[in-house]
Amino acid sequence: MRRLFMFVLAVATVSAQGPSGNAAHGKELFVKYSCYACHGFSGQNGPGARLVPMKIAQAGFIAYVRNPPRPNQMPSYSAKAVPDADMADIYAYLKTLPDSAPSAKSIPVLNQILTAP
Amino acid sequence: MARSRRGFLKGAAAGAAVAVVAPPHAATAQETTPRNATAQPNATTVAADTGRRPATVASRIVEKPGSDFMVDVLKTLDFEYLAANPGSTFEGLHESLINYGDNKMPEFLTCCHEESAVAMAHGYAKIEGKPMIAMMHGTIGMQHASMAIYNAYVDRVPIYMVAGNHADGAERTPGVASLHSAQDIGALVRDYVKWDDQPYSLGHFAESAVRAYNIAMTPPMAPVLIVANYELQAHPNLQSDLRIPKLSRTTPPQGDSGAVAEAAQMLVAAERPLIITERTARTPHGMKLMIELAETLQAPVSNQERMDFPNRHPLAGTGGVGYQADVVLNLEVNDVSNSARAARARGAKTISITSLNLSHKSNIQEFGHYPEVDLNIGADAEATLPALIEACKKLITADRRRALDERGAKLAEAHKQARARDIELAAVGWDASPVSLARLCAELWPLIKNEDWSLVSWQGFISQWPRRLWTFDKHYQYIGGQGAGGMGYGAPAAVGAALANKKHGRFSVSIQTDGDLNYAPGVLWTAAHHQIPLLTIMHNNRGYHQEVMFIEQQASIRNRGADRAHIGTKLWNPNIDYAKLAQAYGQYAEGPITDPKDLAPAFQRAIAQVKKGEPALIDVVTQPR
Repeated sequence: MRRLFMFVLAVATVSAQGPSGNAAHGKELFVKYSCYACHGFSGQNGPGARLVPMKIAQAGFIAYVRNPPRPNQMPSYSAKAVPDADMADIYAYLKTLPDSAPSAKSIPVLNQILTAP
Repeated sequence: MARSRRGFLKGAAAGAAVAVVAPPHAATAQETTPRNATAQPNATTVAADTGRRPATVASRIVEKPGSDFMVDVLKTLDFEYLAANPGSTFEGLHESLINYGDNKMPEFLTCCHEESAVAMAHGYAKIEGKPMIAMMHGTIGMQHASMAIYNAYVDRVPIYMVAGNHADGAERTPGVASLHSAQDIGALVRDYVKWDDQPYSLGHFAESAVRAYNIAMTPPMAPVLIVANYELQAHPNLQSDLRIPKLSRTTPPQGDSGAVAEAAQMLVAAERPLIITERTARTPHGMKLMIELAETLQAPVSNQERMDFPNRHPLAGTGGVGYQADVVLNLEVNDVSNSARAARARGAKTISITSLNLSHKSNIQEFGHYPEVDLNIGADAEATLPALIEACKKLITADRRRALDERGAKLAEAHKQARARDIELAAVGWDASPVSLARLCAELWPLIKNEDWSLVSWQGFISQWPRRLWTFDKHYQYIGGQGAGGMGYGAPAAVGAALANKKHGRFSVSIQTDGDLNYAPGVLWTAAHHQIPLLTIMHNNRGYHQEVMFIEQQASIRNRGADRAHIGTKLWNPNIDYAKLAQAYGQYAEGPITDPKDLAPAFQRAIAQVKKGEPALIDVVTQPR
């Protein structure tokens, strides 16, 4: 009985958060769907929003892509264009990307620029 | 294909001429020709192919050809350089330039494409403030050059173009000469040159050549075209009374005094004025005037096109978050309709000062929407600034001065904060591979900042990182962009600008987009051949990236995936090796660099080469933007 309860709980959790994705496949999809075009291959360099570190939950991420607030900047993608499973994989990939944004002061060449008269 | 055939026929014609004139070394050369070499056509074959009949020595010699006089005319206009891809319609003038003219003032620059020749002249003029000659070969040269001409026209840059043409149908030989000639060759580009003429006598050539220079250099500046008819070049100059008119320059138009006074009243009374400038500083003095105007008004200056205003000046920027301008002064802004519409929506006033008001054509729509502005002054902005500054100063009372200075202090703080934000943003993705554009620019800056440097490439495709990180305070430190957005401008314009910088001992650097370079990469050879020092850093994002994003947007609008956006837009599979490309053209080159840690050492090695007087290229594989 306890086992069954745990199973039901696990399914419920997955349903709420969406299926966990395949990060390796997500990396391919990030390029395939041209996400890199605005967000950079790093997920954080480019005219688009920084996706790293990914701070929103998977459901929120997918909802944003389906219906972005400024579609003339961030194109919207329906489930027909990018299926939920692919979205989950992309999300999983983004979660693996390291946050490479040290403070400018910690980088000598940027600190020199920052402190230059 | 036609050009190859033309080259073959001309080579053959030269061979035939050798047979007739027979200089002393000719026999030896013929004797040493291997038996299996390509057979040279005899004089009869050449005559059949080209319509040119071999003539006797005496009748062939032309004393004082008309093209010698054309060189005399061009020399009075003080041109340093002439850029061209060679062609038979101007062969007479070409010969006069290099022999009669001694290949000096102007010096002939060998180009691999007419688009490169014109774009080199485009970049040169933006540094030197005066035109150089770009020469085009008949119909084909003009059409090759046309995109570059259009860029310069929209960018308001003076280029002095000379085109060859077989105008006289009776003298024109059948075949290639006909293919390369036109009844009205200027018509091919007339929509985007300021003035053109096809003189039918040497006296007419002299007058029109001098007139063309003056027209090109009078704001709004633009390319001009003089057609050098083949027959006029080739025939002997039998006139003894030819004279070359003295160049007399037209002063740039200044704003009407009443309109300038009204503009001053609006600006001094404004609570939050904003100055937007695109091409105001035609000269270094223009930049000083811009600083004086901004400091007089304590108004922010938005300047992302040419080098009109120092980027580290406390008034540089748009005023910071929440600064809603109530009066916007547009100085030499090509299309003010957007900013005027936005201003009108919030109840703000718009002033525009531009010489573009004085020059309009119909076909090409580069003039944009009708500018619905409150005060439209048809005048050259730089020429009008002294009067505007004076008028503003007269209106500023001591009380008003205190208020303006308080505003200035707030603007300086906003500028400081914006710069700090930009520097923090440069750290994002610092270690990313491909390399971030911010890191590329940040690593380059300490290596060039103590040189007398000049950025000779556009910043639009590199997220403006140099402007955000470097310190621009000299007029020649930035030349802006293409003008009409036509790709293929970047590489040759950089070479032309670097050529202009060379005699001043400046260090030229170009951050070169890959898509642009692939239009006509032969300019890399031109830079190597003519020893033009230029550091080229490839922004190699392996594609026409703007178009990737456009296709992506279209796919979204049509509810289709963007998984095919790479088709027709990417330059990968195979990747292009730009270091090998540059090496093949005779340049020092390294790359591709994918690890950002390798940037600085590679830059240092390339800088050492450039400081020796040579071009060098570093290929960096980059993030898209």
